[in-house]
Amino acid sequence: MTPEKMYDEFTKGIWKENPVFVQVLGMCPTLAVTNSAVNAVAMGAATAFVLIGSCFLVSALRKYIPKQVRITTYIVIIATFVTIADMVLEALVPAVHKELGAFIALIVVNCIILGRQEAFAGRNPPLPAVLDAAGMSVGFFIALMCLGSTREILGSGSIFGVPLFGPSYEPWVIMVLPPGGFLVLGGILLLFNWVKQRKLARRAGASA
Amino acid sequence: MSEVELTIKGRGNEPSGVRLTATLALSGMLSGFLLSWAYQVTTPIIAANKAKALQAAVLEVVPGSSAVSYLALRAGVLVPISPDEKTTDPVIYGGYDDEGNFRGYAVRNAGAGFQDEIQLLYGYDPATKRVIGMRILASRETPGLGDKIFKSDSFVANFNDLAVEPEITVVKDGRDQPFEVDAITGATISSKAVARIINEGNAFWLGSLPPAGEEPPAPAPAAQPGAREGGRP
Repeated sequence: MTPEKMYDEFTKGIWKENPVFVQVLGMCPTLAVTNSAVNAVAMGAATAFVLIGSCFLVSALRKYIPKQVRITTYIVIIATFVTIADMVLEALVPAVHKELGAFIALIVVNCIILGRQEAFAGRNPPLPAVLDAAGMSVGFFIALMCLGSTREILGSGSIFGVPLFGPSYEPWVIMVLPPGGFLVLGGILLLFNWVKQRKLARRAGASA
Repeated sequence: MSEVELTIKGRGNEPSGVRLTATLALSGMLSGFLLSWAYQVTTPIIAANKAKALQAAVLEVVPGSSAVSYLALRAGVLVPISPDEKTTDPVIYGGYDDEGNFRGYAVRNAGAGFQDEIQLLYGYDPATKRVIGMRILASRETPGLGDKIFKSDSFVANFNDLAVEPEITVVKDGRDQPFEVDAITGATISSKAVARIINEGNAFWLGSLPPAGEEPPAPAPAAQPGAREGGRP
């Protein structure tokens, strides 16, 4: 595998095939736990651990898993990593674990994870599978951070719990409530697509 | 006929049932092995975290205390138990100062809030029959409104010296009786829930406590591993 190919496998998840902004997968954690930057970081890290770990195992074992039982086996592998992540978070950062609550366990059903096993890890050797998973994790992490920090700045007037605007700031409470997740995600998707359209238009203009 | 042929043909390149079963059984076993290992590593840390958080909360709601005893209600009598003991009996916590004097009880209770269960811990001084502190342990109240039950210092201060007789009552127009709590504007339901949970705790416990001044003595320091370093100097 050439370095360029490896680089491509890694970076495609960050921009070109970003799991949240382009594939619009994994919306449940994206909307539910991004009311603060800290929660976004914890969710992104837990998802990255599960995604990279399960992609590696699935890819390493892909020749031994008969295709008739592959989904069941993938789910067992994913659920194992999720449960380990759940226990480790509860032991290391109980406060964050309490905030994220059931959403850690719900990583099992995050479409990004099973999607990568089916689309990539199940048919590629371990190295590209891990690179692909790492790229997707970084893309997901960036997306969660965009939402989490925007919502925390607007909704609580702070970032990572550090107040930004002083005591006179009246928090825009709806931003940390569920509707705020939809509003910010909608805004970011709009921006993302606008940038993409402009890029395409410019390319079309250049070639014409 | 074609159906039978297809089935047989299809079977030719399919793995046998034994192979499928073995794959699933093996992955299940591997997963079970990994999980039991992770469980063994993390469980003691999680339990220690929880015990530490609870002790810190007790010290907070019973002002002036530096040691905690766990007291189980058995046959109408409070019996000191070890912090590690698992019991189905109702448990209350006693707070003691450095000289071993009893400073108050900490009562844990839970009840319905606006969105989900509110779990709280409150300090109670039997000598004055007053609530002397309150801390929310877990809640999912609305951010910005209901979460003021623990974020608003002025609301929490209501519970630093609050008479429990005849009953803790939530009022909206400012507190002028010793048993009144000033409601949070926009979060009356959450405010009332906190008062109700404490009243329910009192209804259960106040009849079962020994007379004031006859509380169980402070625990021996050896029976309180971690209490000293977890407590205030």
